[in-house]
Amino acid sequence: MRGFPWRETIRAGLLGSAVALHVSLVGMVEAFSRREIVKDVVTLGQLLLLLVVLGAGYWAAGKAAKRNKVYGIFAGLLVGLIIGLVLAALALSIKPLHLRQVFANASRGLARVLLFNKKGLAGVIKLLIVMGGGGVVAGLLELLPSKVRRPLLYALTATLTLGLLRDIFAVILPRSISRFFYTSSGLTVKGAVVLTLVWAAYFTASELWGQRVRSSLQALPPTQQKTLRWGSYLLALIILLGLPPLLGERGGYVFEVLDIVGIYIVMGLGLNIVVGFAGLLDLGYVAFFAIGAYTMAVLTTPELPAVRQYIPPMDFWEALPIALFASLLAGIILGVPVLKTRGDYLAIITLGFGEIIRLLVISDALKPILGGAQGITGVARPHLFGWTAKDPQDFFYFILAAIVIGFFISVRLKDSRLGRAWKAIREDEDVAIAMGIDHVATKLTAFATGATLAGLSGAIFSSKLFSIAPHSFNILISIYVLSLLIVGGIGSLPGVVVGAFALVGLPELLREFAEYRMLVYGAALVVMMIYRPEGLWPETLHVAEYKHRESTSSQATTASVGAGK
Amino acid sequence: MGILDIVHVTKRFGGLIAVNDVTITVEPRTIHSIIGPNGAGKTTLFNCITGFYRADEGQIIFDGEPIQYLPPDEIARMGIARTYQNIRLFSNLTVLENVLVGMHSHLHSWFIEPILGLPSYKREEAEAREEAMRLLQFVELEDKAFFLSKNLPYGEQRRLEIARALALKPKVLLLDEPTAGMNPRETEETMALIRRLRDERGITIVLIEHDMKVVMNISDIISVLDYGQKIAEGTPLEIRTNPRVIEAYLGRGAAMGLSEAA
Repeated sequence: MRGFPWRETIRAGLLGSAVALHVSLVGMVEAFSRREIVKDVVTLGQLLLLLVVLGAGYWAAGKAAKRNKVYGIFAGLLVGLIIGLVLAALALSIKPLHLRQVFANASRGLARVLLFNKKGLAGVIKLLIVMGGGGVVAGLLELLPSKVRRPLLYALTATLTLGLLRDIFAVILPRSISRFFYTSSGLTVKGAVVLTLVWAAYFTASELWGQRVRSSLQALPPTQQKTLRWGSYLLALIILLGLPPLLGERGGYVFEVLDIVGIYIVMGLGLNIVVGFAGLLDLGYVAFFAIGAYTMAVLTTPELPAVRQYIPPMDFWEALPIALFASLLAGIILGVPVLKTRGDYLAIITLGFGEIIRLLVISDALKPILGGAQGITGVARPHLFGWTAKDPQDFFYFILAAIVIGFFISVRLKDSRLGRAWKAIREDEDVAIAMGIDHVATKLTAFATGATLAGLSGAIFSSKLFSIAPHSFNILISIYVLSLLIVGGIGSLPGVVVGAFALVGLPELLREFAEYRMLVYGAALVVMMIYRPEGLWPETLHVAEYKHRESTSSQATTASVGAGK
Repeated sequence: MGILDIVHVTKRFGGLIAVNDVTITVEPRTIHSIIGPNGAGKTTLFNCITGFYRADEGQIIFDGEPIQYLPPDEIARMGIARTYQNIRLFSNLTVLENVLVGMHSHLHSWFIEPILGLPSYKREEAEAREEAMRLLQFVELEDKAFFLSKNLPYGEQRRLEIARALALKPKVLLLDEPTAGMNPRETEETMALIRRLRDERGITIVLIEHDMKVVMNISDIISVLDYGQKIAEGTPLEIRTNPRVIEAYLGRGAAMGLSEAA
């Protein structure tokens, strides 16, 4: 074993152990182990620990394999065994050491989960076999060429995600199909195998021929490309519009989740204009959401006698423009005092603004108008030609319309004179001013546009919930929206959608997550900032530049080859 | 009266007098250099002209109108553009977008036109793009229009900064050390470009420059600042032979360099 990186391997093992101990002791492993991903094979809790082993093992194997391929596998095994031993020690010491007095989540249930429901030595051996096996797999993965490794990992991830999202897909799919793939919790074994094979085939194909398909698409004349693009948009829209009738009664839960994600997408599109385009860090964005929601509620509820004696309750469509105007105005009112502040100062002022709105709403003084801590019930619902929206399915259409509006505005403004002025201010405000840009009007327009979209989102939100209360509008909403922008890719429109599904949709589906939401958010943001600061789906500009560079360089090479002849 | 009159301008930062009672008259269609040792107040003077600093005393008159109380964006729209000593491009915008931002004040659309996609807006944008491409051709950057500006090499970034300033259609262009960090060939090209700006486009150039070869070669008039005060003004020949300049600013070593350049 000459030259084997003992230090690095042991360090990776200990680091992995620390992470594994942490997720076990905060209760994630036990809570997640109630959700099976593949029936009787693997639970989410076990998967979490396995991921830790795979990550640490892969890292150590990478270091060791530089010397010798076999070393890589050995390093993975070692890391897995170290983590397994530490977890076994934890499981065995919970009862005799009364760990529960210190760690509330160090329960006997956790010990059972860690030892695979087996007692004593049998459990420890199984744990070591699984963890060591995980480490060996990590080592093998490191040895595979990336052409094989990537499709394999993608396929496994896709299958496991489908298992994780059982509650959605088991409901959506027709019963005969869903019975083949899903059990009452998680995938069936045969379903998992079939899915993995299908995904692996798909990802292998895309690895082999994807580039060629993409480049042949790009080689099409621009008009055809445009037709193709609009065709795919249209197709997506038709599918989305057809979803509610297609799923019928079964879809209630699905649309409940989609609605929440959609409301965040609308807010995200608005904040993307403020933060992503104009670069104004707004941490009090929830204020505009609240103003839209409360304007809608106050104007339409039959309650609140103090208001009703002056204005009769309006219907949804009468109140909507007023709600939008109120949030637009609030955007400008917030915008004026913060025009001269930049960066951190702007963030702090907007943070304060968000709190002021929340405190106003909750205050006793304004209770006759705003309903105080109990909030307001009886918000009007949108109606069209005698049909009134009630179910999540109905609101899905309204939210979809709001998303389309938000997208449309963003796309149209992005490359306009106004959009360029926003981006110029984001890049260097002084120079933007020296180029003759009126920074007052430009910034105020950004604030007002973002605020109006938040107001639209809020108005639909309050109508959908039927009743609203101040606790729905705390600072966390601002943080969530900002986080989804960062995760999706700041300034990127598809990124907003991806970010909203990842940060709002997933926790909404996985109820176990709720308790650990902030922990997962924090970890996700840290990992994103280190490994993928541009976001999951970055702005397309960079890609366009690469394309341009590739095409010019390939032209250059063909030209030089031609000259060589 | 010239196109740009700086009349008894003083700018103080606390106890420090950065610009002290300076009067400079810039004649139209000239290349007017401002030289002086580091900290002489040259860039401060630029910031006073462009409105980023408010002059404590004195007047700045552009095209017959006093501008010392106007906000910087309005001064820019009147026709004074500038470049920066340390290049300040919009790094995450493309080369083309940088120039289009420079054209901001000559375009008219705002919020509603792009959203409705009005034909007048589309025409305006198309024309703006064409003109921006022409400007890029002028500085020989048209091949790189869709590159992010931060990915350009140094010399091209300098040229892009000039193109962006030109997009404002300025009457007066303030260039802050445009040849800093360039090799002799690039310096040569930049000098040619500056001359073309004066001769072909009729732009008045105010130039801060440290490279004496460039200054002596290109300038119509030179003003010399030292400790915030103007100590001399004249043609390159007059400045070169001015004993006060040689003594107070150039020193012995630089004076030798000068005679070499001559």
